[in-house]
Amino acid sequence: MNIALLTSEIAVVILALLIIVFDLLMPKQETRRSLGDFAVCGLLGILVYNFNQYGTFATVYHGFFVVDNFALFFKQLFMVATILTLLFSLDYVERMTRSAGEFYALLLLGLVGMMVMASANDLLTVFIGLELMTIVFYILVGFDLKSVKSSEAGIKYAILGSASSAVLLYGMSWVYGFTGSIMLSQIAMHLTASPAILLGMGLMIAGFCFKLSIVPFHMWAPDVYEGAPTPITAMLAMASKAAGFAVVLRVFLVGFAGLQAYWLPIIALLAGISMIVGIVVAIWQTNIKRMLAYSSIAQAGYILSGLLAANAAGVKGMLVYAVLYMVANVGAFAVTIAVHNQCGSDDIDDLSGLAQRSPLLAVVMTVSLLSMAGLPPMAGFVGKMYIFMAITDQGYFWLAILGLVLSMVSVYYYMLVVKVMYSKDAKDQQAFTMSGSLRIVALLSLIATLFIGIYSAPLAALANAAARSLW
Amino acid sequence: MVHFPLLTTILLTPIWGILVLAIMPREADRTIKMIAAVTMSIALGLTLYAYWFYDVSLGGMQYVENVPWIAELGVAYALGVDGISLPLLLLTILVGFSTIFVSWKVDTRAKEYFIQLLLLIAGAIGTFVSQDLFIFLLFYELGIIPTYIMVAVWGSSKRVSKDYAAMKMTIYLLLGSAFMLAGVIALYVNAFPAGMRTFGMQALAQAHLIGNLSESVQVVVFFLLLLGFGSTLSMWPFYSWAPDGYAAAPTGVSMLHAGVLKKIGGYGLIRIGLFILPLGVKFWAPFIAFVAVMNVLYAAFVALAQKDLKYIVGYSSISHMGYILLGFAALNVISLDGAIANMFAHGIMSALFFAMIGLVYDKTNTRQVHELGGLAHQMPRVAIGFMLAGMSSLGLPGLVGFVPEFTTFVGAFKVYPLYTLLAISGIVFTALYILRVLANVLFGPRREEFDTCRDASGVELVSLVLLGTILVVVGVFPQVLMGTVNSGMESAMATLFGGAF
Repeated sequence: MNIALLTSEIAVVILALLIIVFDLLMPKQETRRSLGDFAVCGLLGILVYNFNQYGTFATVYHGFFVVDNFALFFKQLFMVATILTLLFSLDYVERMTRSAGEFYALLLLGLVGMMVMASANDLLTVFIGLELMTIVFYILVGFDLKSVKSSEAGIKYAILGSASSAVLLYGMSWVYGFTGSIMLSQIAMHLTASPAILLGMGLMIAGFCFKLSIVPFHMWAPDVYEGAPTPITAMLAMASKAAGFAVVLRVFLVGFAGLQAYWLPIIALLAGISMIVGIVVAIWQTNIKRMLAYSSIAQAGYILSGLLAANAAGVKGMLVYAVLYMVANVGAFAVTIAVHNQCGSDDIDDLSGLAQRSPLLAVVMTVSLLSMAGLPPMAGFVGKMYIFMAITDQGYFWLAILGLVLSMVSVYYYMLVVKVMYSKDAKDQQAFTMSGSLRIVALLSLIATLFIGIYSAPLAALANAAARSLW
Repeated sequence: MVHFPLLTTILLTPIWGILVLAIMPREADRTIKMIAAVTMSIALGLTLYAYWFYDVSLGGMQYVENVPWIAELGVAYALGVDGISLPLLLLTILVGFSTIFVSWKVDTRAKEYFIQLLLLIAGAIGTFVSQDLFIFLLFYELGIIPTYIMVAVWGSSKRVSKDYAAMKMTIYLLLGSAFMLAGVIALYVNAFPAGMRTFGMQALAQAHLIGNLSESVQVVVFFLLLLGFGSTLSMWPFYSWAPDGYAAAPTGVSMLHAGVLKKIGGYGLIRIGLFILPLGVKFWAPFIAFVAVMNVLYAAFVALAQKDLKYIVGYSSISHMGYILLGFAALNVISLDGAIANMFAHGIMSALFFAMIGLVYDKTNTRQVHELGGLAHQMPRVAIGFMLAGMSSLGLPGLVGFVPEFTTFVGAFKVYPLYTLLAISGIVFTALYILRVLANVLFGPRREEFDTCRDASGVELVSLVLLGTILVVVGVFPQVLMGTVNSGMESAMATLFGGAF
């Protein structure tokens, strides 16, 4: 048994425990900001170490836990997302709560859950990873005790989330009962199109779609996104969603590959509906976090549509999209937090005159939103091209047209935000202050979005290597 | 000697200008304008050099650059110009250069304005010089968002609110481009089997010749492209963004949009539509010819009823797009020569027109025809510019508009005699509304309320002199333009005739 494969997960857990211990040892009055910095530095180290593992393909615990390029790609994505989120939310967390140490430690434990999900090679590990992540998020969503909305969101997320976990588990039990195994590769071997297995698969799709906030399982997302502390909203949108996709990809492309004829039409339908609902409903939102929530429903639809290709090209598109979506979200949420720190609320109107008060943030917001909309030369365009070229190749041209048309419709509500920033006058003339780390993160997201959009070759190569390790 | 990357330099000059402007302090108003002017002067110099030293007798792609970009997709950073794109590149730079000086009076938030103006220009340059479809797409929509912001911030709300006009423009153009993108994806997937795929325009043009693109695929793909490029070109019935947009936009943006960005649609139809999907074009050509006549006549009629100067010129420009579409639909070398040359001619003419309207509005504070009159007394220079643009618009021989239109009709008459006759009759209506505008605005008794208005002077003269000179010089020596265009069209069509027709 090669326990060394688990090094990065173990390291993150140790990091989280250290933060809890430090938190206890620190005098009460001292700021907990340093703990956030400490978490960032620790994660950076683990991220760098992770590059060592590229090219390995090995399993541990009788094949339950696999380390391959695919898992590594996702783990690094989660870590980068966490690092960037921590960096832009140091001020926010300090203002929000006095128990910042717990906040950081929990966030890291959620990260461990995601990392386990990326490596899970059997249904049980999938479930353990998933629960580790979601239970942590139940707590984090309700972490802002001063805000009623946050508590409400926490309860809502906990109840709906546990229900969906139950559905997922029930589906898994059917699949286990009729294939006799929880290992994905074993399931693939004993797969038959019997009604029981199809029922199990259907339930699992429903369970996963809840976690991915795919329509019609998306009801929780807008309220939870709005109520949760903004860093947690950001993590839910980019990392938790990506973790869900990591699992879905492995389960469906490895475990249920033989039943493609059954799940492809369902996925196509779900992806299409998600795009439509996410984009159309977002038009009426006045709260920036709610708008981003609906937008994330649509984005999940776009990413999910890549699954229809059911080949390496499609998976590559999904991986690229997950990365650029993360980058765009980092930019959008960093600006949201900066504005929140200034104005104390998250309405789109609060962005008024941002172009005058802080041109950098206005540009970052514009570029991030347009990247989500998929306008060239931003990164989102490249991601959409990869996915739609892959599925057009497999005969889903109609979905590509639908996706492209809807993405241009989505520009409408993104432009409303841009209009507020550029053509409205600022509400107050107070100087705009932000921390250095937030400024750096915003700038990074801007550069990365444009870089991926113009020269996507390095990222695509990485994603390609990851995608190929599934077969 | 190491090959000097001329086109990359032209492309990067405005981008370099943007970066320099970005680090300027916001208050450095005059410096910002001068930097923008210097940037465009450099680009203008380089483009004139490129135009002058383009070897017409050799023809084909010149100043070629090719760097592999995203190998697995078959994307290359491929640049090059031929007789078709070179005049349009020159047009972009000429109009772009003029817009800097037209916008000299922009005082509020000048830094942002000029950054976005240069972004618009860079986008247009990129589309005309790229020989790779993917790179083309990266530049194709670069101008849309800056346009939105510029209209929403610096625009004017006369008949419709500027927010409405800006959003309408954006959504029309983007929805069109969504179909265009779908078309490009279908083209890419169908042209070559997996592993050999490429976005290179030359390579894609080969796909038809070796029989990879069946007629049905071409018909569908070209239809999607037509929706996209058609809305950019303000093709009937996807035109209604144009008049509202031009009217609400600040002068510089109107000039760039009517003069240059619209032409990307026509250019795309020829470069990507005709050269890559000849069978698809052949299928849709009669339909396009019909739409072209609708463009000419319908827009001309609407223009007759307008009272706002910008709306008149806006509809007039839609009407002129009909001639370009007709030349395109006739699908022979002569008519296509006419279409391309007309894009250049119309670009210069409409830019000058909008510049003059901008001047008149600045000085008199109105754009309503009936409130103006006798301006030739107080502003003889503006009147000259107005006359030049107007006369060129109605196709007076000796100005830039005549030869392209005449060529178009000669080429198209053989193929669509009825449509061509109808289109020619459109000139009568054009003459009607243009002459009426000129008469009502410029001539007639002297009006005393305009006595305080000073004639154009200083930087205001730059666009008048530059564009006016081009208008006359190319009108008198059409060979400067037609020779280049023909060299590009003839060689490209030769291979097509060998294959498709």
